[in-house]
Amino acid sequence: MNLRHFFAIAAACVAIGTAHAKEAAPLADDPVAEKRLLEISAELRCLVCQNESLAGSRADLANDLRREIRDMIHAGKSDAEIMEFLVARYGDFVSYRPPVKPITWLLWGGPFLLLFISIGLLINFLRKRTHTVTSTELSAQEQQRAQQLIDELPSSKKSDPTP
Amino acid sequence: MIAELGHFALILAFLVALTQGTLPLIGVHRKHAQWIAMARPAAQAQFLLLAIAFGCLANAFINNDFSVSYVANHSNTHLPTMYRFAAVWGGHEGSLLLWILMAAGWGMAVASFSRQLPDEMVARVLAVLGLVAIGLIAFVLLTSNPFERMIPAAEEGRDLNPLLQDPGLVFHPPMLYMGYVGFSVAFAFAIAALLAGRLDAAWARWSRPWTTAAWIFMTLGIALGSWWAYYELGWGGWWFWDPVENASFLPWLVGTALIHSLAVTEKRGAFKNWTVLLAIAAFSLSLLGTFLVRSGVLTSVHAFAADPSRGVFILILLAIVVGSSLALFAWRAPSVAAGGSFAMISRETFLLMNNVILVVATGSVLLGTLYPLIIDALGAGKLSVGPPYFNAVFVPVMIPLLFLMALGPIARWKEANLREMAARLRVAAILAVLAGIALPLLMGSWHFMTALGCLLAVWIAAAVVFQTRDRLRTGNPPPSYWGMQLAHMGIAIFVIGVTMVGTYEEEKDVRMAPGDTVAIGNYTFRLIGVSEKSGPNYLASVGEVELLYKGKHEKLLHPEKRQYLSSTMPMTEAAIDTGLTRDLYVSLGEPLDKTADGKPDFTGAWAVRVYYKPFVDWIWGGCLLMALGGLLAVIDRRYRIGRVAKAPSSAMKVAA
Repeated sequence: MNLRHFFAIAAACVAIGTAHAKEAAPLADDPVAEKRLLEISAELRCLVCQNESLAGSRADLANDLRREIRDMIHAGKSDAEIMEFLVARYGDFVSYRPPVKPITWLLWGGPFLLLFISIGLLINFLRKRTHTVTSTELSAQEQQRAQQLIDELPSSKKSDPTP
Repeated sequence: MIAELGHFALILAFLVALTQGTLPLIGVHRKHAQWIAMARPAAQAQFLLLAIAFGCLANAFINNDFSVSYVANHSNTHLPTMYRFAAVWGGHEGSLLLWILMAAGWGMAVASFSRQLPDEMVARVLAVLGLVAIGLIAFVLLTSNPFERMIPAAEEGRDLNPLLQDPGLVFHPPMLYMGYVGFSVAFAFAIAALLAGRLDAAWARWSRPWTTAAWIFMTLGIALGSWWAYYELGWGGWWFWDPVENASFLPWLVGTALIHSLAVTEKRGAFKNWTVLLAIAAFSLSLLGTFLVRSGVLTSVHAFAADPSRGVFILILLAIVVGSSLALFAWRAPSVAAGGSFAMISRETFLLMNNVILVVATGSVLLGTLYPLIIDALGAGKLSVGPPYFNAVFVPVMIPLLFLMALGPIARWKEANLREMAARLRVAAILAVLAGIALPLLMGSWHFMTALGCLLAVWIAAAVVFQTRDRLRTGNPPPSYWGMQLAHMGIAIFVIGVTMVGTYEEEKDVRMAPGDTVAIGNYTFRLIGVSEKSGPNYLASVGEVELLYKGKHEKLLHPEKRQYLSSTMPMTEAAIDTGLTRDLYVSLGEPLDKTADGKPDFTGAWAVRVYYKPFVDWIWGGCLLMALGGLLAVIDRRYRIGRVAKAPSSAMKVAA
């Protein structure tokens, strides 16, 4: 077998191989739209599931809704428009990101309010605390008395072995 | 007959709890040595009786006694024996029985491992545990009796929820419950100390190992749950901010704060009131978690048991626990001394900041978890509070904590020198900045939050390494020191995992016929074929997928799609190739082609989902290190030294 034959066979093998193992097609034809779909649907609740996102769910309704969103993406709608449409249809419940409106002000502001109040309390506490620290310094007389007490200790106590 | 025996043991356990909750307390008050001495045997008897009750229920499951309605509802003759046993806690009644058994186990442990503690203290602690047990056992007996008979008996049981038929069920709930109820010990110590009017360093030292032990179980339980969700639910996520997840995360956060606050109380005698409050909060949040999960106010993947009357019972129990302990606190707290003094910049301050941040984080998660319930209860509409919210509020709150984690351990007690600390952390800071710039670029793309994640992780890790090296110069540190550094290292590793998988994970949803390939990075998946297999109680479609790395064979993966006989919902069993720097994850979807007679065509194309998840295992690895760190802290010998050893241990503190 000469080299040419070998190459011909090898090429044929490769051709067969590639023909057989073709790159799998994405379920959707447009990967960019698919990525957007994934991002949008991760923030949406699958309404028939028990707290599962639309991105994670395999329920029929979730499949339908994903298809619908995909269509909207192809129709050139923006993410915000799609969100708005779904919230209008299903209510705030469908979105995992609560809207900012009077009824959720406490929800969105609460953690930061809590943080600022806590920091305020902390600083106040530390101030007071350092204040007491300075006032608890021993007077000269107390110092003398303390020294006296230490001196009175039996020497055996000082060399108490550490277990 | 055996079920009745179990029921009887449960009633006896209730009576023993009544004794355990009252007599020792009166004994301490009136100085009756014999009544005080009742506490230990009562705790042991209670554990024994509950173990008998649990054994009876397990027996009913293993022998398929479908005349017990709980068994008939959660098991089935086709269920493998391992799951028949685990099914004991696969539903509401049984999980509560496991819960109170574990609570009694903690009580038994306190009774056995507290020989060096004063008898009055032990009596008080066990009595408080007894009081808690009264409430919990009454809950089981009155609203959730697992031994209830069903006459006539069922021919065959319903099945265990297929989602639960997994080794995860065997380990995750027991671990988590151990953590939940473990905080009752910290709570009992705090209440006992309040009752005694003795909130001192000794109290803190006694409760530290118990608190840490509960925290270890909690950490492992949450990590196991997260890992279970990751491989079982088929979407490859590790945390969804599900209300039930939050219910376990809340006591963990407060427990973490408590561990740090206890350190200050033990070593410096400060923050005593605060520590007591945290101990009360940790246990109250455990109860709140029970309420959320068991009352059915939530709809989530975990809500496999729901009944409003139970919710009301737990709510009342929660109100009694919180109300009475806060009342006791208000009565006793003003008389507590302030403890050792410290300067503005000191380890005390850093630990206090840690506490403030953790409490704010807890408050935020609690707010987000309860908000939709409150809005709904007020009739103001339905709202979903999900991952986008929690990521938006939780992450910014935690960032300063991660930054401070490197500073706390090198700050001196009483007064720290910022300049000296800065000098010691200079190299760590440089490494952290370099990592923030370089690591994201090495991974392929640079984003601000990713860079920040890398920076903070390396900042903590480098600080741990340098501090440990410096510490080793002055001799071998005690295990608790290693424990602290190991746990902090665990956080660093966890942060790397979260950051990397959050930014660089890739997902592909493809249509694959046998022979087709799909590539992610250097990896290629090739579907060889799909075949049918029948399990003990399900039919499965098993895919055979070859994983190739740069074109070379790496491994065969077998993702499954199972149809349980008892359920209409198909279950996915993802196949995962686990690696140190990445996981490759395949889950099999629906068959896309049909044969002429309308049945799914096994030789046709399938929907397949593949994921590339860089560093995802670091998330659970980090948790494991945290738990291991906790373990080292618990075994530190100084907790087992008797009453006499107070002075030397304070000498050790200076060294640490």
